[in-house]
Amino acid sequence: MTTRSRLPFYIAVFLLISAGISLAVWRHLELGIPWLTGEQRPVWMVEARIDFNAGDGPVLASLNIPEQPPGFRILTEQAASPGYGFSIIDSSGNRRAEWSKREVSGPQTLYFKAQFIPDPNAQPELPAREPKTPRSFWEEPEATAVQEILDQAKARSSTPESMTRELIRLMQPDTRTQNTTLLVSEDNSLNLLVDMLNHSGIAARIADGLRLEDARRRQQLMPYLQIYNGDRWLTFNPKTAEQGVPDDLLLWRQGAASLLDVVGGENSEVSFSMLRQTVPALQLATMESASNGLGFLSFYELPVEEQSMFRMLLLLPLGALMVAFMRIVIGIRTSGTFMPVLIAVAFVQTTLVPGLIAFLSVVSIGLLMRGYLSSLNLLLVSRISALIILVIFITAGLSIIGYQMGFNTGMTVTFFPMVIIAWTIERMSILWEEEGAHEVMVQGAGSLFVAICAYLLMSAPLAGHLTFNFPELHLVILGLILLMGQYTGYKLSELRRFTPMKAYD
Amino acid sequence: MLNMNRRNVDYIARYNERSSYPLVDNKLKTKLVVAEYGVKTPKLLQVVHQQHEISHFREMAEDLAGFAIKPAKGSGGKGITVITGRDGEEYVKASGSRVDSSVLERHLTNILAGLYSLAGTPDVAIVENLVESAPSLAKYSHQGVPDIRIIVFQGYPVMAMLRLATTASDGKANLHQGAVGVGLDIGSGRGLNAVQFNRPITLHPDTGLALENIQIEAWDEMLEMASRCYEATGLGYMGVDLVVDANEGPLLLELNARPGLAIQMANGRGLLPRLRAIESLKRPHFTPLERSRFAMETFASS
Repeated sequence: MTTRSRLPFYIAVFLLISAGISLAVWRHLELGIPWLTGEQRPVWMVEARIDFNAGDGPVLASLNIPEQPPGFRILTEQAASPGYGFSIIDSSGNRRAEWSKREVSGPQTLYFKAQFIPDPNAQPELPAREPKTPRSFWEEPEATAVQEILDQAKARSSTPESMTRELIRLMQPDTRTQNTTLLVSEDNSLNLLVDMLNHSGIAARIADGLRLEDARRRQQLMPYLQIYNGDRWLTFNPKTAEQGVPDDLLLWRQGAASLLDVVGGENSEVSFSMLRQTVPALQLATMESASNGLGFLSFYELPVEEQSMFRMLLLLPLGALMVAFMRIVIGIRTSGTFMPVLIAVAFVQTTLVPGLIAFLSVVSIGLLMRGYLSSLNLLLVSRISALIILVIFITAGLSIIGYQMGFNTGMTVTFFPMVIIAWTIERMSILWEEEGAHEVMVQGAGSLFVAICAYLLMSAPLAGHLTFNFPELHLVILGLILLMGQYTGYKLSELRRFTPMKAYD
Repeated sequence: MLNMNRRNVDYIARYNERSSYPLVDNKLKTKLVVAEYGVKTPKLLQVVHQQHEISHFREMAEDLAGFAIKPAKGSGGKGITVITGRDGEEYVKASGSRVDSSVLERHLTNILAGLYSLAGTPDVAIVENLVESAPSLAKYSHQGVPDIRIIVFQGYPVMAMLRLATTASDGKANLHQGAVGVGLDIGSGRGLNAVQFNRPITLHPDTGLALENIQIEAWDEMLEMASRCYEATGLGYMGVDLVVDANEGPLLLELNARPGLAIQMANGRGLLPRLRAIESLKRPHFTPLERSRFAMETFASS
């Protein structure tokens, strides 16, 4: 046989490993799945409080709620309002929370809570069609003043954005000319801006924003100017002409006609309080995966029962890696190649010490009984079958005795795979007869050692987290195991074995 | 030194065809195939395939003095029962204990059920003529027949050792059970040095005989026999186990597709340089005789 080039193999392993790592990194960046278990993410909890006085009779209160504020994503929404019917109504560009009640009187308080995650990439959906620009009518002399200001702004600008900035600047108190003084009164400047922009053919509207500061209460919305540049809505600060949405600004109302409508009540008002919370990043990722198009690539969508099964299943490759490492590189002898992994899986469910006690007692009682079986000279298959039944008897006995004595840990015996234990007992017993007790001790201790190592690896919270949330990392494990399959160096145990050879060198 | 991982990856996996394994894992097949290549094995007396054939065993064994019962797919000497003589109705085992024929019949049943076979699969039992060890070698062994393990790589005998049973090994010639391994010079068949439990020794622990002066008779014939097995099985890297019978000369006991590494300890030399030397041969030799001659010249210790 000729030596095949190992290059394609190494390239394939390299591809496997790099694919695993890059997929994991990509999913970390895209879905925000954290690398570590305890990672926290900030979330803004904003609570809108509606107060009004109900006149006897039915009440319908409807609050505009954010649909897709720029720079934030909505995580959860909930309403607290005893006795009220509540629903969220979604009509184009106007999402409203509606409370309703047949018989109300006296002062009422309604709450609406929502959690927002800061996300620089979150953008509102683009409007489906061009917004209208209603023209306003001014009487003389205002009409002339408006026209002059507009002409002035138009002369100094080239785009809707620059036009808006110029107009805001012209309307500022310090740049006020005769024309502006004529038009602007105390509180109509923003409405006037909107009217003038619409008049000049640039669609404009008022949006209400909330400045997010930790632990603030009784906050009011602040008005912002939005214009449509033919493509999307842009936000301007009407005082400073600053364009864009600052990081700490949550646009609560965009494009809706009214913030709050109360039918059947009076003196209604809305105030906001907010809190900066932290939630586990993993919880965030899980909650969002459904809404994200990439969610189908993870296990989060599966029913919870299957999820927990996969949690266990996905730990197995780690055990296999541990066994491969221990046998190929360290050179520990075990009885049965993957028996340690199965024992380790059982340990994960029983926890280590009760598991060890249960395992050792089942195996040693089993070995005693096997001693009698071997004197019966049975055929192999029926001997193993008898052993399986005996193992079940032993586990049942241990469970019952343990339970009666008040140890719940006795019950954990049932997590051990019966057939594997039966085979382990059989192998150990044959080994005992053929090679003596020493070899049984060596292999038994080796198996237990590897099982405990695999258990420690598999029960590490980080291991469970990474294997379940980044299943693609198993490609890396596969690559490592393939690489180990090509390892031709000495095992650690062989260095000891071959020590006497030094004498000949 | 050749280590376990390199043996598995670079030699066994590369030079041994999987399809040839059954040939060596089954002693019956080995016997039949090497016979075509002129390699002698102990005479086959009976093959027990089925449970009902066991009843013929007693008739066959009636007038035999000594024989060996072996599972065809056994490994590491498991399940081999050696009967050296008769004592009335009873059979005398190699250990000296006496058993009656019902014990042997139950042993045959166990073999058929696969008790000793590699994967627990059903097996056949073979009954062979008893090997009577040549007295020059037999005196060194505590019990049992001393056998000679030769590693044959691509048809070249590269390393050899003599395995002697001890009380510690319970009459078995398995090194890890405590048998003594004596490295043999490929060039002459002379003993080099000896180990037990991986530690160098000079005297046999039971018989007290010095192990230095061992000389294997008919050495070149044995090497050629071992080389011949390469043609028979096609296995590039294997262990050939031979015995020297007092009457028939060298006989093949069994072949092993996964020979152990302890032979290096017995020789005090690594296998790797010799394997590399064979691998780098530009023009390999074609006949077993040429190959064993070449090995005797190349790997002679002095």
